[in-house]
Amino acid sequence: MSPKTLYDKIWDAHVAHESEDGTCLLYIDRHLVHEVTSPQAFEGLRMAGRKVHSPEKTIAVPDHNVPTTAGREDPAQMTEESRIQVEALDKNAKEFGVHYYPVSDIRQGIVHIVGPEQGWTLPGMTVVCGDSHTATHGAFGALAHGIGTSEVEHVLATQTLIQKKSKNMKVEITGKLKPGVTAKDITLAVIGETGTAGGTGYVIEYCGEAIRDLSMEGRMTVCNMAIEGGARAGLIAPDETTFEYVKGRPHAPKGAQWEAALNWWKTLYTDEGAHFDKVVTLKGEDIQPVVTWGTSPEDVLPITATVPSPEDFTGGKVEAARRALDYMGLTPGQKLTDIQIDTVFIGSCTNGRIEDLRAVAEVVKGKKIKDGMRAMIVPGSGLVRAQAEEEGLADIFKEAGFEWRLAGCSMCLAMNPDQLSEGERCAATSNRNFEGRQGYKGRTHLVSPAMAAAAAITGHLTDVRELM
Amino acid sequence: MEKFEKLHGIAAPMPLVNIDTDMIIPKIFLKTIKRSGLGVNLFDEMRYDREGNEIEDFVLNKPQYREAEILVAGDNFGCGSSREHAPWAIADFGIKCVISTSFADIFFNNCFKNGILPIVLPQEQVDLLMKDAEKGANARMTVDLEAQEITTSDGEVIPFNVDAFKKHCLLNGLDDIGLTMEKAGAIENYESKMSQERPWV
Repeated sequence: MSPKTLYDKIWDAHVAHESEDGTCLLYIDRHLVHEVTSPQAFEGLRMAGRKVHSPEKTIAVPDHNVPTTAGREDPAQMTEESRIQVEALDKNAKEFGVHYYPVSDIRQGIVHIVGPEQGWTLPGMTVVCGDSHTATHGAFGALAHGIGTSEVEHVLATQTLIQKKSKNMKVEITGKLKPGVTAKDITLAVIGETGTAGGTGYVIEYCGEAIRDLSMEGRMTVCNMAIEGGARAGLIAPDETTFEYVKGRPHAPKGAQWEAALNWWKTLYTDEGAHFDKVVTLKGEDIQPVVTWGTSPEDVLPITATVPSPEDFTGGKVEAARRALDYMGLTPGQKLTDIQIDTVFIGSCTNGRIEDLRAVAEVVKGKKIKDGMRAMIVPGSGLVRAQAEEEGLADIFKEAGFEWRLAGCSMCLAMNPDQLSEGERCAATSNRNFEGRQGYKGRTHLVSPAMAAAAAITGHLTDVRELM
Repeated sequence: MEKFEKLHGIAAPMPLVNIDTDMIIPKIFLKTIKRSGLGVNLFDEMRYDREGNEIEDFVLNKPQYREAEILVAGDNFGCGSSREHAPWAIADFGIKCVISTSFADIFFNNCFKNGILPIVLPQEQVDLLMKDAEKGANARMTVDLEAQEITTSDGEVIPFNVDAFKKHCLLNGLDDIGLTMEKAGAIENYESKMSQERPWV
């Protein structure tokens, strides 16, 4: 038998039907659902008189719209339209009998944080959600990607997706990371290298010593942003770190089933000599703490660099860079560390897990945020929030001057009350710096949690290594 | 779904690269539980000022492109979110075909589910079509899906590739769910096999 990649193995294990032209029906093990991309799908089922094929494999949680301030049970805290979407999910979850974590449940949070936390996401699974950051779950060696609402309806109705196989890409990060460099810097550095279209048509497998050394939280951060590199899915082969994380979670297998599952999971790795269509290699020790300067996640530079000039680019990127500099209000040649910050946002499915909050606490402990700074920390789930309180992190944040919020997507995408105002400049641990992403004419610099914490203290983009 | 056969219409040029889903339809318009009515907010932040007035030099506000049915766009069109609101807004505006050197995967798939034909062509040919689109309303292009050909206003013919299954569905306006349900037997077989092999799933 010819050697297979990890992607090949998971794909092969999920083909329920293959047509002559190679179009497959891929079986879906877990379907995660949130309030923004699902109402039209449930409505479609209702109109066609269809049921949810496997409600026991379908997990719903509201996250995009929900306010993250105290007293949010009060519907008046949401706009009318947001409330309608959340209420539609309440109603649909009940009517179709899927697993549901309402806003009032402590387990509620960002769908990509809740899934792994509850043990819904397991190695070797196929996981989909009407959200491009579904790539996050690839950290477990699960084939996980975002889908549109028509496909949400398709999965609800049939538990399958019509798919053709993607190409295989290997991203290897060799060696060790330097102090101050995190999983976020790895994933941004990779996008800086490949561009936002570099992964289009591919499933990425991340490997190498620096990836192996990451915790599950760090691996989720890396895979989360596979989509910003254009790849629908990112994968990391499961290992002891993975099994340790999964074991004992509410929906993880137990007893004899655990043993059986473990036996299969241990076969999930890329065989020696398997073919990759594209290979990218970065040296871990070359990666520095990075920051984005523009309005595309590929606009990445080490924090020690200066703002580039449109003339540094070629082709269509020249005009895009000019537009980005104008939008961001930056001047070529300006030092990145001279950029003043109004707001710091720490949270999101990229960096809203406990390890991220510990990294922030390490930087801000005993310090105060800059006068006039608006700084908020939004845990990724109610359970992350509870754990951070138990570990004393919340007290550190509050003493430093941060707002300590309830769980949700918050300012990552400004579909809820947390938004930037026109011209407001934010250091954010989220995943997209698109125009208007965090609010109309808001300006976003993507950074790691430690770098965001450093900016909150100094009031400008800062090399976190100087505070260590 | 509406069938896509042959389109003869105005093409609007949008050479900007990396046009993302937040540009196509800003998130404030995602708070709908319907699929229709998003066309008026297509490219909202590029198309209107804060007071809701049209920005004159935005391409779709120019008189010659207001009825555009084809978009010729820069590289990596539709990157970002999985929101199907992006193709819904494009279709609702009346655009039925988008041509670029590359598309984000999820957006690309979402187009086919909504009767929109996304066409990938090499840079040289996209440049040529961009020039043709810049001529305005008097220069109409033809997109023939059956023949897999684009004909410029000058009569130049450019062939394109499209996945055979997706072409079949688009030409016939077929509903994916109905097609898959015809294979219910295969899905059931797979499920019963998996309940033995991987019972923990």
